[in-house]
Amino acid sequence: MISITARKEQAVRDLLDGPHPAVPPQLTQLAAARGRRMLRRRTALRSGVWLLLVAALTALTVWAAVSGAWVDHPAQTTPDFDGW
Amino acid sequence: MRQRRSAQQRRRALEFETFCAGAAGRLLHAAQLLTAEPPDAAPQAERLLTRALARTYARWDRLRGEDPYEAARQQLISRFAQTAWRYRRTSGGLLDRLSPQERLVLVLRMSEGVAEEQTAAALGLPPERVHQILLRASAAMLSRQTPAPGRPRREVATP
Repeated sequence: MISITARKEQAVRDLLDGPHPAVPPQLTQLAAARGRRMLRRRTALRSGVWLLLVAALTALTVWAAVSGAWVDHPAQTTPDFDGW
Repeated sequence: MRQRRSAQQRRRALEFETFCAGAAGRLLHAAQLLTAEPPDAAPQAERLLTRALARTYARWDRLRGEDPYEAARQQLISRFAQTAWRYRRTSGGLLDRLSPQERLVLVLRMSEGVAEEQTAAALGLPPERVHQILLRASAAMLSRQTPAPGRPRREVATP
């Protein structure tokens, strides 16, 4: 495999290590604020999903209790049959 | 509960600020090389870095021993790679004749000192390909240092 010589490599490194841009003073605060917003949104979404899940479970429980879903209703499929 | 959460928030904000004070300069330099903007006016690089840092902040409590610098750099390069088409046309920076992929390889390998295997993994390329791109980009950089005056060089697209 061909490899660049150390001298060339150093030359490229020196070129890349040129003048550095100055970091704007408010950049960190801006990033932190955006990060906080992202976290808040994520938390809100998660609690929304949990709330929905709990509400659905409660609704199911209430419905089952009210309608007595576990009671075995007597079979009513066959009509009375008289007049033989 | 609320009190504990706000204490955790304060701690996170403090740690994040300390981290940024040390790392933002180096990360912005990398971002500015990637966007190929001149060092004195790099608004795109600043936007890229702000976004990467915001995402790092949001992940701060789940870094679990991961180096925050590497996490932030990973956010930076993946965002850059996703939006590379935006940076094709920018000019005035050191690497403006190189393609976004060549810039990524050059910056990660030469400026950030990331090993070839790790660079390949970060960019989703085979290591040999990273090596080739590095050779080509380095050659382009060095030939640029002795330009023919008055004739803008266009990079030849390789298939």
